[in-house]
Amino acid sequence: MEGELSNLRAPGSGHIYCTLKDKTSQIRAVLFRSSAVRLRFAIQEGMQVIVRGRLTVYEPRGEYQIVLDTVEPKGIGALQIAFEQLKGRLTAEGLFDQDRKKSIPAFPRTVGVVTSLTGAAIRDILAVLRRRWPTIQILIAPVQVQGESAGRQIAQALADLNGWGSVDVIIVGRGGGSLEDLWSFNEEIVVRAIAASHVPVVSAVGHEIDVTLADFVADLRAPTPSAAAEAVVPVLADIVERLRELTVRTGQVMLRHCAFERRRLDAGIRGVTDVRFRLQKAAQRTDDMVDRLREMVQQLLTSGREQVHEAQRDLSGLNPLLTITQGLATVPQFSKRLEGQMGVVLAQHHHLIHAMLRQLNTLSPLGILGRGYSILQTIPARQILHRANDAEVGQELEAQLASGRLSCTVTRVCDDATV
Amino acid sequence: MAAVKFEQAMARLEAIVGELEKSDLTLDESLKIFEEGIRLSKNCLKILEEAEHKVEVLVQDKNGKKRIHAYSPDDATDESSS
Repeated sequence: MEGELSNLRAPGSGHIYCTLKDKTSQIRAVLFRSSAVRLRFAIQEGMQVIVRGRLTVYEPRGEYQIVLDTVEPKGIGALQIAFEQLKGRLTAEGLFDQDRKKSIPAFPRTVGVVTSLTGAAIRDILAVLRRRWPTIQILIAPVQVQGESAGRQIAQALADLNGWGSVDVIIVGRGGGSLEDLWSFNEEIVVRAIAASHVPVVSAVGHEIDVTLADFVADLRAPTPSAAAEAVVPVLADIVERLRELTVRTGQVMLRHCAFERRRLDAGIRGVTDVRFRLQKAAQRTDDMVDRLREMVQQLLTSGREQVHEAQRDLSGLNPLLTITQGLATVPQFSKRLEGQMGVVLAQHHHLIHAMLRQLNTLSPLGILGRGYSILQTIPARQILHRANDAEVGQELEAQLASGRLSCTVTRVCDDATV
Repeated sequence: MAAVKFEQAMARLEAIVGELEKSDLTLDESLKIFEEGIRLSKNCLKILEEAEHKVEVLVQDKNGKKRIHAYSPDDATDESSS
């Protein structure tokens, strides 16, 4: 039968009651608890389902009802629904968050493997691990990878490997199969065990196209078991080669560095030598210049000395002592001549003066007085009288004679021009 | 854990080579980390050489105790029922 679920009721008893209907009809249905727990998905209102069951009568109401044995979602399978539902729930819980992911160690020493000992997966994993890293240690926790108890075993194995202590990374997975075969890896108990693992977990379930919830929760999802083995160990030969290369490069770099330092040292030594050479050259030039300076000073001194000598010679020619000595010799001659000459001149002047004195005497009024003349002068004006008219009667006059004077009074004035 | 030690040693070795190749170190510094690098690379090689390949199986004995035994391909046939 096929229809849409409605009027869904799930009381505490665990039985589920609903109405199954299509476009034209409806019928009550009941899913007893024993069947309900086997459902891998949660049935929801409005869900299109395909059901199988027995038609019975509910006596208290006298109604027909179907007692459901199986309920399958229409279109997609029950597992798919369950997958989506659990995925949604665990996603909401944050179990698949990227920031929960642990990083896979680059060089694990021990790899834990959770898988079946009988499957192709373990052979592939062992082969790849052995080939890539021949000295790898592997600890297998054997489990059933499908069937009723598989999920619980896988979860337990993950816990065991975590508890063992020396496991660096865990591969959990199995080879390819149907969605049913791979179902254990979608079980909540497995997903939670992977999430709880302290050791990083790599999932490797089925083939590349198979995606399980284990893949979502694992720290790394490998498409196949072989790929998981490749993901957890590097190729030892590569690492040895890398080590060798690093060692060689270290040596080369060191050699280069030493050579470089050596060149620097050489350059330094050259520089020092160069400086010394330049210093020597400079010293030589200095010596040379000092010599030349000395020569020049010597020359200057010599020529200066000559000039001084010359000047001395010139000066000594002009020595005033000589002139004075010579002059001193001529002085007595001159003075003698002077003296002689002076006598003549003096005598001449003597005569001349006597003559002149005589002449003077003749002209002197005293001389005239001597010859009997006198000079009349007014008193007290002492004006010499030249004319009689110049005197008045009664006027006192003084007459100067050659010897002595006469006081006179005018008694008469005779204005006779003929006298 | 040896794995961690090896990983750290490799990382340090890479860092040393990088530092040396940058060449802004003095000769003294270079020589110091050069010696460290050589020591590390020897240690890394030693770790690689000393490791031995072992495949073991973790099982539960009758008393519920965990123990390990060496893996042999026969294990597969033993439990072929699973």
